Amino acid sequence: MTDLPTVPALLDRLEQALGDYLQERNIHQPLMVGIRTGGVWIASELHRRLGLTEPWGELDISFYRDDFSRIGLNPRVTPSHLPFETENRDLVLVDDVIMSGRTIRAAMNELFDYGRPSSITLAALLDMGGRDLPIQPDVYGERLSLLPTQRVKLKGPDPLVIELREVNP
Amino acid sequence: MAEELNAHDRASRRLQLTEDGQLRHFITLDGLDRAMLTDILDTADSFIEVGERSIKKVPLLRGSTVVNLFFESSTRTRSTFELAAKRLSADVLNLDINTSATSKGESLSDTLLNLEAMASDMFVVRHSQSGAPHFIAESVTPGVAIINAGDGRHAHPTQAMLDMLTIRQNKQRFEGLKVAIVGDILHSRVARSQIRALHTLGAAEVRLIAPGTLLPADVDSLGCTVEYDMKKGMADLDVVIMLRLQKERMEGALLPSEREFYRLYGLDTEKLALAKPDCIVMHPGPINRGVEIESAVADGPQSVILNQVTNGIAVRMAVMSMAMSGQVEERAARARRQEVGQ
Repeated sequence: MTDLPTVPALLDRLEQALGDYLQERNIHQPLMVGIRTGGVWIASELHRRLGLTEPWGELDISFYRDDFSRIGLNPRVTPSHLPFETENRDLVLVDDVIMSGRTIRAAMNELFDYGRPSSITLAALLDMGGRDLPIQPDVYGERLSLLPTQRVKLKGPDPLVIELREVNP
Repeated sequence: MAEELNAHDRASRRLQLTEDGQLRHFITLDGLDRAMLTDILDTADSFIEVGERSIKKVPLLRGSTVVNLFFESSTRTRSTFELAAKRLSADVLNLDINTSATSKGESLSDTLLNLEAMASDMFVVRHSQSGAPHFIAESVTPGVAIINAGDGRHAHPTQAMLDMLTIRQNKQRFEGLKVAIVGDILHSRVARSQIRALHTLGAAEVRLIAPGTLLPADVDSLGCTVEYDMKKGMADLDVVIMLRLQKERMEGALLPSEREFYRLYGLDTEKLALAKPDCIVMHPGPINRGVEIESAVADGPQSVILNQVTNGIAVRMAVMSMAMSGQVEERAARARRQEVGQ
């Protein structure tokens, strides 16, 4: 059994890494965008910690998934909500867990339908490896490697806890 | 589903839903429960957000072919279905059958076989005969979704659902609502679908306001209250839905004159003042100004007629993507069964 890190500790590290990354690139007014559901919880935390004043956005990527022709539509799709113009802005795209990279691809496709951002920084609380696509997070809280039958899931929003689940291989 | 279904509703349910209860065709609201109608409205809400973006397109039906099969012409319904399919990234083929092969003697079945050979994934069907989309759904190859865009006097379920979406946006819920449908109920497939949707979603009262000659013979079985005097009928209304006077369907003398109809059943400022002050005014379009509705009312602050058009695109996107999703799921189930069989 792998020891799972606690969310507050991961958030501390992610906040530090993201702050450094943005400063290095001279990005002072980023717009925070979380991917539903877990990514939104993390985005709102980072938003508070970085003291951003503009609202954060929420993406539901159901309409952009690449497996519609195999598994159909997510029955609980909710509207995406981006309460700002993304044109020429620096975005921080946030998810709780990155693995295959397919969710991030779908999210980036969706983001470009709102306009052309000047940059996108990718932040993930946990990087599980196992990528199918050439997409890497710019900053992360921690890298974990689990058995092929294990998955993690962020539960929340209060408190935020990481759970380990067994899946069929 | 809590309530008892009659044989007709059970058959409608079987035709339209997969074994797992997902939508695979959308032909009638009969047999669809409140949860399903609410799913359609919720999904449509998400598509409304898509319509507000700079790029109003999602890739859900990319690579799919949607055929608009219109045996009866209708500019508005066809264009909103076309726009809906295009916003889902499908390839769209518009076939106006009046001017096409069937007038050269080809049978409906042959037309369908040809269209299937073009690898179509969905037929959106409009037909003057009640039951035509149902017939097509039963005869097409498995894997092709059928959407009813209006058949005879039977049903116009996407129109009814866009009306429900408009009501929900303005009133938030259906419980306790008093809704009137006014005018030519007899010839209206829209009214039949609206009545069904309002009952399923839990509206408190559906009131039909019309002269006896424009009410169907089976009006007692519809579960609605009936009012012949519109001035009385406007009392306490939250929503008033005006129907178009279908001049092209009028056979014989059902009405004394248009002017007489307008005086008795036209919605003018004076009659609207008898309803609740926040009563909304709806109309499926196209409107006959001065025949069933006064211009000042159609363009007034209580009118949501143009919202209905916007909502029409979102509802059609929802129904198309959900039906396609059901077909995808069924295809996967068939493949699994084949694997087990081998």
